[in-house]
Amino acid sequence: MTVAVTKGLATFETIEPTTGLRAALAKSRVDVIAEISASRLKGRGGAGFPTGTKWNLAAAAADPQKFVVCNADEGEPGTFKDRLILTEVPDLVFEGMTIGALAIGARKGILYLREEYTYLRSGLQEVLARRRADGLLGEGILGSDLTFDIEIRMGAGAYVCGEETALIESLEGHRGEPRNRPPFPVDTGFEGHPTVVNNVETFVCVAAILAKGAPWFESIGTDRSTGPKLLSVSGDCGRPGVYEIPLGITVAELLAAVGGEDAKAVQIGGASGHCIPASEFNRTIAFEDISTGGSVIVFGPHRDMLHVAKNFMDFFVEESCGQCTPCREGNAVLLAGIEMLEEGRCSMAYLIEMCKLGEVMQLASKCGLGQSSPNAFLSIVQHFREELMGRTETVTR
Amino acid sequence: MSGHTTPRPDQSRAPVSQRGHRVAPPVDTGAIGAQVQVTIDGNEIKVPLGTTILEAAGRLGIRIPTLCHHPDLCVAGLCRICVVEVEHHRTLQAACAYPITSPLSVKTHTRKVRQARRTILDLLLSKHHGECYSCFRNLNCELQTLCKEYGVDFYRFGHPEQPLYKVDDSSYSVRRDMNKCILCRRCVRTCIDLQEVGVLEAVNRSDKTTIATFMDRPLAEVVCINCGQCINRCPTAALGAADPTDDVWRDINDPTKHVVIQTAPAPRAAIGECFGLEPGTPLTFEMNTALRTIGFDRVFDTNFTADLTIIEEGTELILRLYRALVLKDQVALPQFTSCSPGWVKYIEHFYPEMLPHVSSAKSPQQMFGSLLKTYYAKLNGLDPADIVTVALMPCSAKKYECNRPEMCDSGYKDVDYGLVTRELAQMFQEAGIHLPSMPKSDFDDPFGTATGSGVIFGATGGVMEAALRSVIELVCGIKVENLYEHADILPVRGFEDIRVVEITVPAVGQVPDLLKMNHDLPFDSWDWLSGATLKVAVTHGTANAKRVLEDIKAGGPLASCHFIEFMACPGGCLGGGGMPIPTSQEIRQARARAIYAEDKAYEVRKSHENPAVARLYHEFLSDGPCGHTAHRLLHTHYIPRGKYIA
Repeated sequence: MTVAVTKGLATFETIEPTTGLRAALAKSRVDVIAEISASRLKGRGGAGFPTGTKWNLAAAAADPQKFVVCNADEGEPGTFKDRLILTEVPDLVFEGMTIGALAIGARKGILYLREEYTYLRSGLQEVLARRRADGLLGEGILGSDLTFDIEIRMGAGAYVCGEETALIESLEGHRGEPRNRPPFPVDTGFEGHPTVVNNVETFVCVAAILAKGAPWFESIGTDRSTGPKLLSVSGDCGRPGVYEIPLGITVAELLAAVGGEDAKAVQIGGASGHCIPASEFNRTIAFEDISTGGSVIVFGPHRDMLHVAKNFMDFFVEESCGQCTPCREGNAVLLAGIEMLEEGRCSMAYLIEMCKLGEVMQLASKCGLGQSSPNAFLSIVQHFREELMGRTETVTR
Repeated sequence: MSGHTTPRPDQSRAPVSQRGHRVAPPVDTGAIGAQVQVTIDGNEIKVPLGTTILEAAGRLGIRIPTLCHHPDLCVAGLCRICVVEVEHHRTLQAACAYPITSPLSVKTHTRKVRQARRTILDLLLSKHHGECYSCFRNLNCELQTLCKEYGVDFYRFGHPEQPLYKVDDSSYSVRRDMNKCILCRRCVRTCIDLQEVGVLEAVNRSDKTTIATFMDRPLAEVVCINCGQCINRCPTAALGAADPTDDVWRDINDPTKHVVIQTAPAPRAAIGECFGLEPGTPLTFEMNTALRTIGFDRVFDTNFTADLTIIEEGTELILRLYRALVLKDQVALPQFTSCSPGWVKYIEHFYPEMLPHVSSAKSPQQMFGSLLKTYYAKLNGLDPADIVTVALMPCSAKKYECNRPEMCDSGYKDVDYGLVTRELAQMFQEAGIHLPSMPKSDFDDPFGTATGSGVIFGATGGVMEAALRSVIELVCGIKVENLYEHADILPVRGFEDIRVVEITVPAVGQVPDLLKMNHDLPFDSWDWLSGATLKVAVTHGTANAKRVLEDIKAGGPLASCHFIEFMACPGGCLGGGGMPIPTSQEIRQARARAIYAEDKAYEVRKSHENPAVARLYHEFLSDGPCGHTAHRLLHTHYIPRGKYIA
C-alpha cells in the first residue's frame, strides 16, 4: 500500500465550510459529542487527550458559563502548520469552535493568537465579521437557538502560554504561568468557569468529522491514532513544508516523501519532543509510538548533535516561566553542562548526574514545559553518546 | 450585637495560580460522596472531598516536606519539594496542591520521590548564597533543615561563591537580601493575598526570575507598609528586620546614657518560643529581670501608655460624637484607631482621603517616648539628651514609626530604637541568659504595673475591649461586670475577619473628674448620650481593613459605626512582623490565650483605674485628656502619601 503523504492541506481544503456546522446543528448536543468520541479524535497539540472525553467533561459541568478557547499560540520550534490553517481555512477553525460551543454549552469563544502572528489578526477579524454577517456567529446561528461569538486575543510572546493553564492566566491578564492541575480547565478554567482549550488543528478536525462523518475519520490512521495529521517539516530535507499524513506512517516513509532520506536524526515534536536516530526510523508517527504536535526537524549527516542539544536547551532556558524549581534551575544547569561537554570539561560522572537531573525534571516539574524540556538532551545523550563523549576525548587527550 | 466574616478567596487579588483551589468543601460531611478514601504509604484514611494530599498525610502523622507552602497562604505548588507518587500518574504530584476528589493511593518516600527532593535541594543551593554561620536564620531556616533532613553533603550543581545582589536596607523596617532568596514566593503571596498590599512580585523568567518591587525600587520608595508579615513567612534569610541591636548594645555600654526600655504586651507572650518553650508561655516578669541584667537602667510597661491611649483616644471619640450628635457638625466618623503603624501607613498610601477618620492619638510606643523625654526626665532630673529610649515591640513597622520625622515632640527623637521580639531574644542569648530560668521581677516606677486593658492591646479586639471597659464605666457610671461577666467583652475577641458590636447606653452617670480637667470640654453632663447605641467594629490584617474601608465608602453597614479598631497584622500585634518565626493560626491563638490569661491575672483591669495614669494627668498633663499639653505630646498628624511615590 502506498502511503499518502501530501503537501499542503489536502483534506481540509476540500471541506465545504458550514457543512460540518449544519450537520452539528441538526444533532443534539449529546450526539455531537458522541460523533467526536466515535471518531476517536485525539488532541492535535501533541498531548493527545481524547477530544470527546474533554468535551464531555466540560459539557457535564454545572456552571452555566463556559468558554471555548482555541490555542493558536503555535510556539513549538519547527511548527508552522497552524499558521497555514489560519491562513488557508480559517472558517473551519471558527466552525470547529462553534461546534465545540454547541457541544459544551458555551456562549463565548476566544482565539488566543501567538504574538508573532499579529499580522494574521486583521484577516481573521474580517473572517469573523463575515461569519457574523452570514449568521454563522452571534445570536441564533443559522436559525438555531445557538448563540456564540468569538474574540481574538493576542499572546505576548511567551512559549509557556501554549500550555493551556498558562494560556488562561495570560487571558486573565496575569503573568503567564501554569496553574496546578487538578483542577483542570474543563472544571475551573477561564475566570474560574469550565473551559475547553483545543489546538487549531483539533478544531479543524472537528469541522471535518462533522462534515464527513466519524467513520471516514476513523478509517484513516491506526487503531489508536485515527485521522489525518498535519506536520511541519523543516531542516535538512529537499522539500520542507506542511504535509498531511495518515497517522501511523514510519519516519522513513515521511523522510522519503520530503527528501530527507540521508538524515542522521529527526527531532519529532519540537524542542520538547524526542530526537530519533536513523536506527529507529522504522518507528511510527502515532500517539502510541512517537507522539507529536506536528513539528519535524530533519538533521543531515553533517549536523553536530551536541549543537542541536544546546540549541534546544538555550530555548528552554529562555522560555521557562521561572515558577517551579526543577524547570527554573534545571534547564540552566543542563545548558551549563552542555557547554562543559562542548569544551571537553564534562566528566562521565557529571554527565550521569545531568541525566538524573533530566529525569527529575521530567517527573517533578509543574507543567509540560519542564516535564519535556530535557527530552531532546536525554535522547541525544542516549543515541549519540559516542559523538558527545568522543569530543571529550579529543579535547582532553 | 452581631459578628460576621467576609468571604476572602473570591476577592483575592492574587493570580489564580497562586490562589487556593476552588474545590468546594462538602456542605454535609456525612453525605454520601462527601468523604473520600485515600491510602498514604499503606495507611488508609477517609478525608473530606477536596482535602489536599499534604493535609491528609498530616492527619496520618506522615511528614511531607514543604517550602513554598505556608498554612496562612494560598496554594502555590511551585517549589516541588513536596512531590509524591500518586497512583496512575506518570509524573510526581505536589502534595500541597493536589486536592483529593477520588480515592487514590499515594507513596511519599519512594526512590523517585527522594531523588526528586534531593535534586530540588541541590538546585536551590546552586543559587542560594547561604553562609549558615553568618546568617541570622541559622538553626531557624527551613532550607537548612531540609538539607539536613535529606542528607545534603555537597553542592552537586555548585554554589554561589559571591553575592549576586545588593542588599536592600533602604527601609527602616524590612531588609531584603535576594542572595538568600529561593523564589518560593511566600512573600509575594503574603503581600498580595494575605495583606492585599502587593509590593512584591516575581519578575523576569526562567533562571533570571527574581522577586522585585515596582520597577525594582528600594523598599523605602514603594508602598510597603512595613508590617513585616513577609519576614514571618520567609523560609530563609531573604527577608529580615532592620536590626538595631548593635546600637542598643553600644548605648547600654555607654555610662553617660540612661537607657530605658518599654516593653509591649505581645512580645512577652511569644519570646519563650525563641527559647524552645511552647507558644503561649508568657515570660513577662522573667523578661524584666533579664532586661536589667543585660544593662537597661529602667524597664517600663508599654501598657501604661496603652491605658493612656484609651483615655486620649476615648476622649477624642466622645468629642467627635458630641460634635456629630449634638452640634450636628460634619465630623469624620467612625473614628479609626491609630496604634498600628503598619495600618497607619496603609491608609496613608491607599485611602489618604479617609485620614480624617484616624484618631490623632499617637500609638502607645510614641506616647511613651515623648513622656520619657519630658515627664520622666523632669521627674528624675535627667537631661533628655542623655536618655535613650528603646521600645520592645512585636512589630517591624514600629521601627519605621519611631523614625517618622514628626515623632520628636519632646524636642528629641522620642523613641530611639524599635527592637523586635526576635532581636531581644538574640541579645539575651548573647548575654548567656536562659530567659525561662530567670527570677521574676516587676516593672519600674513611676509607671509601675499597668492594667489588664493594656495587656490585651496585644490581641486583635484588645484596644476595643479596653476602650469599651472604660467608656461603659465612665459614661454609664456602672461596672462593666454588670454587663459582661468578669469584664470580659467576648464579642470583640476572636479571629473572625470583621466583628461588629452594638452597645446601648442603658443610663448615664456623672462626667468623671478626669475629663473635667479639660476646661474646653463642651459639656458637663452625659445626658446627650442617654439611650444612644454605640456601634463599634474590630478588624485585623490589611486585607480585611480594605474590605471595611470599601464598605464605609460605599455607605455599607460599617459606615454607621462610631469606632473601629484596625490592626495591620492578622491576629493583631501577637501576629506581628517582629514575632518569633514560624507563625500560624495555632501559634497566634496560643499567644492570644496567654495574653487574655495575663489580663485576667491583673488586679486592675480598666485603663481609667490605672493610678499612674491619674497621677500623670494631675502632675503633668494638667489640662486633662485631649488638652493642650496632651495634644502637643500625645497626638500627631498623618501624611496623605498616595499610591504613587515620586
